[in-house]
Amino acid sequence: MTGSIVARLELARDDFTLDVDLLLPGRGISALFGHSGSGKTSCLRCLAGLERAASAYIEINGEVWEDSASGYFQAPHLRPVGYVFQEASLFPHLSVRSNLEFGWRRIAPGERKVSLDQACQLLGIGHLLARRPATLSGGEAQRVGIARALLSSPRLLLMDEPLAALDGPRKREILPYLERLHDELEIPLVYVSHAQDEVARLADHLVLLEQGQAVASGPIGETLARLDLSLAQGEDAGVVFEGLVVGHDPHYDLLDLRLPGSSAPLLRIAHPAHVMGSTLRVKVQARDVSLALAADSASSILNRLPVRVRESRPADNPAHVLVSLDAGGNALLARITRYSADQLGLHPGQALFAQIKSVALLG
Amino acid sequence: MRIRPLHLAATALASLICLNTAWADEVQVAVAANFTAPIQAIAKDFEKDTGHKLVAAYGATGQFYAQIKNGAPFEVFLAADDSTPAKLEQENEIVPGSRFTYAIGTLALWSAKEGYVDAKGEVLKKNAYKHLSIANPKAAPYGLAATQVLDKLNLTEATKGKIVEGQNITQAFQFVSTGNAELGFVALSQIYKDGKVTSGSAWIVPSALHDPIRQDAVILNKGKDNAAAKALVEYLKGPKAAAVIKSYGYEI
Amino acid sequence: MPLDASDLGAIWLTVKLASLTTLILLVLGTPIAWWLARTRSWLRGPVGAVVALPLVLPPTVIGFYLLIALGPHGWLGQATQALGLGSVVFSFTGLVIGSVIYSMPFVVQPLQNAFGAIGQRPLEVAATLRASPWDTFVHVVLPLARPGFVTASILGFAHTVGEFGVVLMIGGNIPDKTRVVSVQIFDHVEAMEYSQAHWLAGAMLVFSFLVLLLLYAGRRGKAGWS
Repeated sequence: MTGSIVARLELARDDFTLDVDLLLPGRGISALFGHSGSGKTSCLRCLAGLERAASAYIEINGEVWEDSASGYFQAPHLRPVGYVFQEASLFPHLSVRSNLEFGWRRIAPGERKVSLDQACQLLGIGHLLARRPATLSGGEAQRVGIARALLSSPRLLLMDEPLAALDGPRKREILPYLERLHDELEIPLVYVSHAQDEVARLADHLVLLEQGQAVASGPIGETLARLDLSLAQGEDAGVVFEGLVVGHDPHYDLLDLRLPGSSAPLLRIAHPAHVMGSTLRVKVQARDVSLALAADSASSILNRLPVRVRESRPADNPAHVLVSLDAGGNALLARITRYSADQLGLHPGQALFAQIKSVALLG
Repeated sequence: MRIRPLHLAATALASLICLNTAWADEVQVAVAANFTAPIQAIAKDFEKDTGHKLVAAYGATGQFYAQIKNGAPFEVFLAADDSTPAKLEQENEIVPGSRFTYAIGTLALWSAKEGYVDAKGEVLKKNAYKHLSIANPKAAPYGLAATQVLDKLNLTEATKGKIVEGQNITQAFQFVSTGNAELGFVALSQIYKDGKVTSGSAWIVPSALHDPIRQDAVILNKGKDNAAAKALVEYLKGPKAAAVIKSYGYEI
Repeated sequence: MPLDASDLGAIWLTVKLASLTTLILLVLGTPIAWWLARTRSWLRGPVGAVVALPLVLPPTVIGFYLLIALGPHGWLGQATQALGLGSVVFSFTGLVIGSVIYSMPFVVQPLQNAFGAIGQRPLEVAATLRASPWDTFVHVVLPLARPGFVTASILGFAHTVGEFGVVLMIGGNIPDKTRVVSVQIFDHVEAMEYSQAHWLAGAMLVFSFLVLLLLYAGRRGKAGWS
């Protein structure tokens, strides 16, 4: 299939059996999300050819890399992947520059899509070129690791928890660079993580792995809003939107974002002016959404969207219910008390107003 | 009377020591490598006849000299030459007057192959071999004798590139027995038993072609008070040992 | 001059033997060490044990078996004769063969440790950066294992210099061909030439000390995998 990533993998391990059939978009960031031991890293290693599954079919944008049925296995060094490991894993015997050029030198000049300057600029590492890896901070080293992977001009970028080994400030240092990759590169990226905030911020497509099985796979907005998944139960449960910047009120310093879809509503957030027509990713947490029968404008709530109830389910806390809503084609999640649900006479198809207490801008 | 307890203890100790020595003396003997087989045969008879025990170490004479000079516990030394015992005598390392020639060695040119060495040693002159094994002439009397033979036969130049040296006569023998050297000068005692060559082919080198290989024995200072050391030396001079020594191709 | 021409000849021969042996061992030992460090085959144990045998066997045992195996009736000897090399006992070639076997563990084990310490990760990184296994070996493994190569070379060289038993058994004590320093010292002692023995033995002692000093001093600054 053209324009997509197909990975059917079966792999028996001591502690679990990986058995997945993944179909990921051929562009953007797909996150493999799950607890440790769920098989995320094994999936990634199989894609790179670092591990050989008992049964495997791997096809990247129309190109078959592995097909165990016909005994075909492309050696890892022949697969155009860029792999970023959890630890930067720079070669200690080479300078930063030589590390960066390691993969770059090994591809034909005609196939080099990224230049050293571009990669340095993209990751802000131009000033580190002459240094030895041992002298770099964890965040710097990881940025070099990412740039090194990019410079091999991969057709698929794989990242295995690239932030997990870093502390909070170092994570915040790298995240903007990853977002730039997302915005500026055409390379599909498969990103393994067990941190929900990273996934919410970066991923376009989300695969939820549990004990070697892919229990869900879909666009990030929809998947986060699915009530049947464990994701909706968490304290941080919520949905993300890609909002199009359509207006700015200089007097109150409020930014207008239009959600995707033809009849989609506007979201207003307190934010300085931003480039018109650009997109911003925002997160709305389920616990910040309340529901009302009428649009009550007499409150401090900024965002009040007309929604339709899709379904509701008991939350893990018996006092609460989780409600999945449709806001002009966009999924929204609300966490309200069971008492309130009864007061509203909550039922599928019901038209309500969602009052959004806060919108978090991601990135 | 006051010293009685001490006296008692001393008597007990003395009698213990006496008992021990009378029981069976043990003699530590350093034996030149070429005399390995004969001394083993002699030791059996000696132990049976005298009740003493013989403990032998085999090796190169030069090496034993260094060990003796540095306090090795040997009590009797059966050397492969006469100069080393003489040197030890000069250096007061032996019981005076104990030095005597216990055997005169016979040199043999030997090959492990049947019929390879003729009865006159002509094979040496034919030069058809690659390696001629000898004992290290600097350290082993049989090696020195071998070079004297080659000199006498005017073969020193011709054999120069072919000589391989064993550190002692045992190793010279080993090189030949494993076939790595086609032939070599060995001690007749190594290949001779009961009046004939036991395997391969050999030429018994006439003693006129080299200085006599006198093998001298001494009682070392360490064996001064050991009855077994004295007994062994006496035994070696006796007719029973002489018969054995001769049977291995030595002169007396 | 306390050392005569035969002493100098023995020193030169020893240096030649040790250098050649070390070179051959690096070439032979590298693939063996690499295989031992990486394989999961059941043969790993037996092969490792065979390589380590010279560590525990008396050199005379190795020498004795070599004497027999390389001899005209031995299988190795028949092989060398069939190859037109003739018999290698009592030759420099024979000493090289003996030394290679004798010093093998001193080269293979440091290399094996160095390769093992590198681990899987750098190899995987290199593979994802388009480096073929051979390319990875040359440009990643060899540089990272450099301290191991230095240790292996020094130990292989020094251990060959100190070799005695094997040479004694298969050398034949031929000047400039098989009479190495250790045998020369033995000769001097046997011949009661103690002053010459002292000079050579002293030189050997100083050499060995310097080698080990170099080794231990060089161990301080080692590069790790970050």
